[in-house]
Amino acid sequence: MSPADGVDSIAAGVRSGSRSAAAVLEEHLGRIAEREAEVHAFTLVTDSAARERAAVLDERVAAGEDPGPLAGVPVALKDNLCTRGVPTTCSSRMLEGWRPPYDATVVARLHDAGAVVVGKTNLDEFAMGSSTENSAFGPTRNPHDTSRVPGGSSGGSAAAVAAGFAAASLGSDTGGSIRQPAALCGVVGVKPTYGAVSRLGLVAFASSLDQIGPFTTSVADAATVLTVIAGPDPSDSTSIPEPFPDLRPSLERGVAGLRIGRISDLPAGADPDVAARVDAAFDALAAAGATIVDVEIPAFGYGLTAYYLIAPAEASSNLARYDGVRFGLRVDAPDTDAMYMATRAEGFGAEVKRRIMLGTYALSAGYYDAYYGKALKVRRRIAADFAAAYGRVDALITPASPSVAFAFGDKTSDPFAMYLCDTYTIPSNLTGDPAMSVPFGTGADGLPVGVQVLAPALGEPTMFAVAAELERSVGVGDG
Amino acid sequence: MSDRITRPAVEKVARLARLSLTEDEIVIATRELGDMLDHFADIDALDLDDVEPMTQPVPLVNVMRDDVEAPTLDRDEVLAAAPVATDGQFRVPPIIGLDA
Repeated sequence: MSPADGVDSIAAGVRSGSRSAAAVLEEHLGRIAEREAEVHAFTLVTDSAARERAAVLDERVAAGEDPGPLAGVPVALKDNLCTRGVPTTCSSRMLEGWRPPYDATVVARLHDAGAVVVGKTNLDEFAMGSSTENSAFGPTRNPHDTSRVPGGSSGGSAAAVAAGFAAASLGSDTGGSIRQPAALCGVVGVKPTYGAVSRLGLVAFASSLDQIGPFTTSVADAATVLTVIAGPDPSDSTSIPEPFPDLRPSLERGVAGLRIGRISDLPAGADPDVAARVDAAFDALAAAGATIVDVEIPAFGYGLTAYYLIAPAEASSNLARYDGVRFGLRVDAPDTDAMYMATRAEGFGAEVKRRIMLGTYALSAGYYDAYYGKALKVRRRIAADFAAAYGRVDALITPASPSVAFAFGDKTSDPFAMYLCDTYTIPSNLTGDPAMSVPFGTGADGLPVGVQVLAPALGEPTMFAVAAELERSVGVGDG
Repeated sequence: MSDRITRPAVEKVARLARLSLTEDEIVIATRELGDMLDHFADIDALDLDDVEPMTQPVPLVNVMRDDVEAPTLDRDEVLAAAPVATDGQFRVPPIIGLDA
């Protein structure tokens, strides 16, 4: 994509009247017409509504109004974000055809900032997966190589931005579902501090881990979109009451004087091509004036176990609401109990059932202490280890994904092999700290590699300063 | 193959989760859950006796909104999304099961 297709560039052009929202939209719909059949980023393209919306925005600009910081920016929404009157499926048969009676807070905020929604994007069913192969409506393909997965669970949102179908998109990240697909598709993806962005209208997977965040082609664009969607919301009791900080000054700050941590006991598993790019990232940051400090996070490696007990436990509770009564699928049966069982058997796919079973087991009488209870203690241990590290460093760098994009079917036969994709992203969800993936050159077969920047809670200003520096340095012959 | 979980335990969990599983699904779930629990045994090595459980990242309590009137969801719009609705209510099959 050219820089002219970025969020800030489009909004500046539309606000000044030098570009029309309608023309910008048609460029994006044109690319969708060309490649969507191949990529399958969307569960639904809302082209008619988008055209009406763009026309209204152009009229407002002509009348002297300012539509806002996302004026005329085409955006795509992961299809687990509620859109009033517009089908929201979670890529599940369970919710096929369901039209929510309200907009998610983030959707309302995008709208109020002048964005144009072009469609709903494909995901692993109920956001459970790392490849979008678990979508009930077929997988999304990686725009860089359509024989490979885009990552997941927000694979459609990552692919939509990588393919130029939208200038920005929103995803949700419960264990890496924004950062891993961002890495595999070569775009920027941000998991904000837990509570920074309202979860109202995000279909719940694991409520203590879920956060909504943006995908964009640049770090500055990610800051713009995050600033629009973040901030207190009285409708989310976990929303942080303080205003979200301004990230603009961070973009030009540089990293001089910052202490960047290298985790010396990071779990093994990253492919050599990915590890080489992470090493290059440390070199670039050191060259730009940062101090690289070795730190230890001994409990890091236990994150996978803690996560795959906690997330399914919360999911088994959250997904109890799909019972055929109030929304979505119902399979008729003579009594309610039989109706629940038949509806859930037909509506959920294999991975969702697997996690509901695992979570129900981990919470069941006799096993609660051994599994769920113990996982919550490991979570505390991990948070304490990170807090100790952040006493010595301002940010940490790791791989976002252990590998570049993999082929379809590579990891579908062994659930645990797929879970290992989340090794480096999971801890930030357990702690609630922010983390983001920044494209940093290429690895095997010329495919994108993402470097992950991690920071302490509400450390987004530092995180974006580091990310912006990585973006600048990869532009000067390092990628 | 792991012996951490038995077939009757899987059947009980499926029942608790209100999931009707096929014979094949029960066999696969017994194997997969056992294998996963084997992987998850790594945390057994940790001494966690003095560690407090952590249920959420941000310890917030009793968040109250201002007590002001605001629009609620539109009843007809909500009911329109239900599989079956009658007389302004969700309609379900008999609660008293045939085998109760």
